[in-house]
Amino acid sequence: MTMSKTNTTTREINFHVTRYNPETDRTPYVKTYRIPVREGMTVLDGLHYIKDNVDPTLAWRYSCRMGVCGSCGMLLNGRPTLACNTQVLHIADTDLTVGPLPNFEIIRDLVPDLMTMFEKHSSIQPHILRTDEAGLNSPDGEFYQSPAELEAYLQFAYCIKCGCCMAACPTLATDARYLGPMPLAAAERYDKDTRDDGRRARNEFTGTSHGAFRCHYAGECSRACPKGVDPAKAIQYLKRQLVLDYLHLARRKKPCQKMHGPGQGKPLPNIPAAPAKTV
Amino acid sequence: MAEIKRYDNRLGVWGWLGGGRWGIERYAYILHRLTGLAILLYFLMHVVVTSLRATGQYLWVEGGFFHQPIFKFGEFLVFAAFAYHALNGIRLVLVELGFAVGKPIEPIYPYKTSLNVQRPLLIIMMILAAILLAAGGSEFLGLGK
Ligand code: SF4
Ligand code: SF4
Ligand code: FES
Repeated sequence: MTMSKTNTTTREINFHVTRYNPETDRTPYVKTYRIPVREGMTVLDGLHYIKDNVDPTLAWRYSCRMGVCGSCGMLLNGRPTLACNTQVLHIADTDLTVGPLPNFEIIRDLVPDLMTMFEKHSSIQPHILRTDEAGLNSPDGEFYQSPAELEAYLQFAYCIKCGCCMAACPTLATDARYLGPMPLAAAERYDKDTRDDGRRARNEFTGTSHGAFRCHYAGECSRACPKGVDPAKAIQYLKRQLVLDYLHLARRKKPCQKMHGPGQGKPLPNIPAAPAKTV
Repeated sequence: MAEIKRYDNRLGVWGWLGGGRWGIERYAYILHRLTGLAILLYFLMHVVVTSLRATGQYLWVEGGFFHQPIFKFGEFLVFAAFAYHALNGIRLVLVELGFAVGKPIEPIYPYKTSLNVQRPLLIIMMILAAILLAAGGSEFLGLGK
């Protein structure tokens, strides 16, 4: 990796972009665009430059342009990552290859069809499951969760569903039905949430032959993840829990309960009164 | 909605080898699969070959067909595959039971992942495998004699 000096001069970079139009092309092909790149320019900026100045037919998916929405996952120099989160000069000296995320079908150019991932994601019921639905849906109090309990799943909750991990996973490359790192990490995120009581329901999906045990810890998902979610870690926890559940060694725990409603809690001692209103 | 034509971009076996970043755990993963398949293949051949003994004793006598050096070397390869597969397997059992991957952390850039946490284990296992291979090499190939 070369870090360029801080300067405002531009450099010509060859963008080798994968193109595919389902109406006219049988297979994807690579088209090269030579464009000027400034310090600080992201790959997403580069694609905009091409679309605005060179080739208006180029298609890709993006929205937030700041690493939050998870739309712009692409294969940059062979690595799945976010186009908006990657500066061109950080990964390219003269040439940059830009391709769609592999392990998904291509809709057009750089746009992958992420539906297979979302269907797997929804199959593991990625939301709080409790038997007392009424208590969940009526907002008459808050559930108690300690900071330590929060930390048990918070890392896995940072996932933005960009699919980079799915594109990096060698297991998914040969087994299309494998749930994949993102849905499995999401399952772990909810399993470990103390408000949730749905682990055993999710085990029905995560414990199948295309579930967590398909993962053999190649670790590519964790290396690829642009948000530091570490799905490989989540999947290994998931496997441990599946084994414990299978052997009936896991303690049965009740999901956490609601605290008092607003205004009904007991104030802690030694807390000074709020200052008088000034407005 | 009209059916849209799609291009299937799944990587297949190439994805084991070249889809994305290359990390040492990925090499370990590929080698684990290959050695697993090789050991399975060996086992099948082993069953067939030993069953031949019923009709072809002469293949086994000193200086017979199965005493050619290529078979010694083949045995060493099987041993090497087994040594690697067993030791890496111990690492995988530990890791996949959630040991040696660390606790959930706050992701702060540059990200540290569970891969960093379990890497010493990988290195220890590979050193052990190397020692076994050296010992096995001198035994099978007669290098020590
Ligand atoms: S785990 Fe990481 S790489 Fe995978 S979808 Fe979530 S944010 Fe993207
Ligand atoms: S650790 Fe598991 S899920 Fe992640 S890339 Fe490897 S095989 Fe796929
Ligand atoms: S555009 Fe939203 S993550 Fe890149």
